[in-house]
Amino acid sequence: MSKVKDIIQNKETIIIKGNVAAAYAAKSARVQMISAYPITPQTTVVEKLSEFVDGGLMPGTQYIRVESEHSVMASVIGASIAGTRTFTATSGQGLFYMNEMIHWAAGTRLPIVTAIASRGAAPPWNIWADFTDVINSRDTGWMSAFCATHQEIYDEILMSYKVCEDHEVLLPKFVAYGGFILSHTSKPVIIEDQDLVDQYLPPLPDEKGWPHIFIDPDRPMMHGNLIMPSGFYSEFRLKIQDTIMKAKEKIKKATKEFERLFGRNYGNGLIKEYYMDDADVGIVIYGDLALQMEQAIEDLREEGYKVGMVKLRYYRPFPTEDIIEIAKKVDVLGVMDRGTAFGSPTGGPVSGDVLASLYNTGIKTKVLPMMSGIGGREVSLEQQKDQIKILIRLKETGELPDDLIHGTLWHGKLEVK
Amino acid sequence: MVTIKETLNEACEEYFLPGNSCCSGCGLELALRWAMKALGPKTALVTPASCLNVVIGLWPKTAPNFPFINMAFAAGASAATGFDAAFKAKAYRFPNKDWDKITTLVFAGDGGTTDIGIQALSGAAERNSNILYVCYDNEAYMNTGIQRSSSTPHSAITTTTPFGKKRYKKDLPRIMEAHEIPYVATCSISEPLDLYEKFKKAKDIKGCRYIHILAPCPPGWGYPAEDTIEMARMAIKSGLWILYEVENGIKTISKPSKRFLDPIKRLPLIEYLSKQKRFRAVSEKQLITLQERIEKRWKRIEADLEAQKQ
Repeated sequence: MSKVKDIIQNKETIIIKGNVAAAYAAKSARVQMISAYPITPQTTVVEKLSEFVDGGLMPGTQYIRVESEHSVMASVIGASIAGTRTFTATSGQGLFYMNEMIHWAAGTRLPIVTAIASRGAAPPWNIWADFTDVINSRDTGWMSAFCATHQEIYDEILMSYKVCEDHEVLLPKFVAYGGFILSHTSKPVIIEDQDLVDQYLPPLPDEKGWPHIFIDPDRPMMHGNLIMPSGFYSEFRLKIQDTIMKAKEKIKKATKEFERLFGRNYGNGLIKEYYMDDADVGIVIYGDLALQMEQAIEDLREEGYKVGMVKLRYYRPFPTEDIIEIAKKVDVLGVMDRGTAFGSPTGGPVSGDVLASLYNTGIKTKVLPMMSGIGGREVSLEQQKDQIKILIRLKETGELPDDLIHGTLWHGKLEVK
Repeated sequence: MVTIKETLNEACEEYFLPGNSCCSGCGLELALRWAMKALGPKTALVTPASCLNVVIGLWPKTAPNFPFINMAFAAGASAATGFDAAFKAKAYRFPNKDWDKITTLVFAGDGGTTDIGIQALSGAAERNSNILYVCYDNEAYMNTGIQRSSSTPHSAITTTTPFGKKRYKKDLPRIMEAHEIPYVATCSISEPLDLYEKFKKAKDIKGCRYIHILAPCPPGWGYPAEDTIEMARMAIKSGLWILYEVENGIKTISKPSKRFLDPIKRLPLIEYLSKQKRFRAVSEKQLITLQERIEKRWKRIEADLEAQKQ
C-alpha cells in the first residue's frame, strides 16, 4: 500500500478502496464481534476483516462466517444483547433478506452498526450504486447515513458508534455508500491513531453490557415476550420515534466533537451546505453523487450563477428543520434521488420527505423532484451541470420542464421506442 | 444410569417456575423443566417463535428463572451463535469470570427446527458453533392452531391437512447426524431420567449438540390431557420413536428403547394411533405401510450398529 500525506491535514494516508476503509473503521472501533455473509459489492469489507481477525490484528474479536444474511443479523443481535460491540456489512438483496432481523435489532434497541455498499434491487439483477436498499429499511427504527467520500466512510462508521452507543440513544445505524463507485475505487484515506479513536469513542461495554438488556445468570432477564395491546407495546414504539428524533442533537454533538479531535468537517452532521449562503437555486443531493456535484456547483458559480447544494448526510432521522431553513434561502430547490419509492407522491424517497417537511410552513419555494443514476448508471459532470441548469431555468421562467413523469424529472434516461 | 432417588436429590431445584400458561398435559413444559434441571442456572436460552414464546407468560410476567431471549422464527440457531461469540469475546476481556462457561441453549419447536429454522441450524452445525440446540417436537404448528409441519407424521389430520398428511415425517436427528457434530440424541418426556442424563452429558461437550425431544400435545393430537406421558411412552413401545444417542459418530440405543430391538416386544402401531383423534382417517392399507416403515427403520439402525462394530 502506498502512503501519501494528506495535503490539507498533513496526516499520513493509505490508498484504499471504500470497502477497505469500512473494514479499517471497524478495526479502529475495536469491534468485538463480526458476522458476515458475502454479497457483491460488500465482499471486500468482510475479506479485509477476515485478514485482520485471522492475522491477529484484532485480538479477542470473534468473526462468524454465517450461512445467510438473516443469520448475520440474528447472530449480531445475539452478540449485541450479550453486551459486545458488533459490526457487519451487506448490500441490496442481503439487506432485503435480513429485513425481519433489522426490525428486531431496532425493537431490541441495540447499537449495531452496519455498513451498506448500496446496490439496486433485483430483478433484473443489478449490483451498482442505488440507495433503494437502505431506503427500503426506512421505517425500521434504524438511523441511516449516506457517505460521499472514502474518508467519510471511515469517519462516519466511527461517529456511528459514538451516536448509537449513547445511553440516551441505543439504536442501530446504517452507513451507506454507493456500490462500486465508492466500494471498489481507491482513494487516500487517513486511518487515525488508535489512541485518538479510543479517546473519541465511548469505552467498550463493561461486563454488565448495555443498561437495558444483558445476559446475567445471577440476574436473569426475560426479553421480548408477548405483550398485549393494553400493555406498553405502543409506548415502546413511541419511545423509538422519540429517541430517533432526539438523536439529531446527539448526531450534531458527535460531529462537532469529531471535527475538534480529527479536524474534518461534516457540516452539522445531518447536512452539509455548499455555497448556500447567497444561493437562489439549490439542490439536495446525497451519496457519491454529491461529491461530483460540488464540482458542478463550483463550475456554475464561475459562470456567474448563484447556485448551491446541500449534501444530505442523514436520511433517518430526517433533518426536517434544516431542510426548512434551506428552502427559505432559495427560490428553487431541486431534490436528487438515487433510489426509488414507487407509488409515493414523487417516486423518489428523499424528494417526498422534503415536500412533507415544507408542508404547512408557508414557504413558497418551488421544489423539483429529480432522479438520476438509478441502478448505478453513470452521471457525468456535464449531466449534473445540466440538472442545475434545469433548476436555473425553472427560476428564470417559472415554467416546469415539459418532460416530467408524474411530477418528477428523470434525468439521463434512455429513449424507449 | 442414575437412579430416580439420586436424580431427585440432585434435581430438586426448579428453573421453569409454576405459574406459566402451558395447557394442562403440555409435553413442552416437562421437556424444558427437566432440561433446565440438568443444565442449571448458568444457561442463556434463545427461543424462536413457538408455543414457548407464549407459555412463559405475558409481559411483564415471566416463568423462566434464567436469562431468556425471545427470537424470530428462523433465527434460533444463529442468534445463539451470536451469544456464544459474545461470551468468547467477553471471556477475552474479562478472564476468570466464567463467561465462556455459560451454556447457550436453543429451545425450538418442530416448525422452528425442521422447517423455517433448518437453514440456521444446519449453518450452526456445519460451523460446529458451541450451542446446545433442542427441538421439542409436538409434530405440528401447535401455537398457531395445529397446522402441518415437516415433522408431522403421515396420515395425521391437522388444520392444513384436513384429510391426513400425505408425506412422511422428516427425520431431523438423522439429518443432524449427517452434519457430524459431536452429539446428537433423541429423548422423550416420558423418560425424564434418560432425558436428564443426556442433557447432563450434552452440557459438558464442546461444539454443536442437538437433542430432539418427543413432546406430545393434548389439543393437537386429540387425547385427554392426563394421557401425555402414556402417549409418549406408547410412541417408544410401538418402536415408532426410538431413543438413541450419537457421540462422535458412535450410535447407541438408549435403555428405554433397547428392548424394542426385538420386534416381538413392540406394541402394534394401531394401539398408538387409535388413542389419538388426529389419526382417525388412517386407512387399513396405510396402516400396513406405516407398520412396515417401523420395521424398516429398526433394520437400518441395526445395520448402523453392526457397521460400527467393524
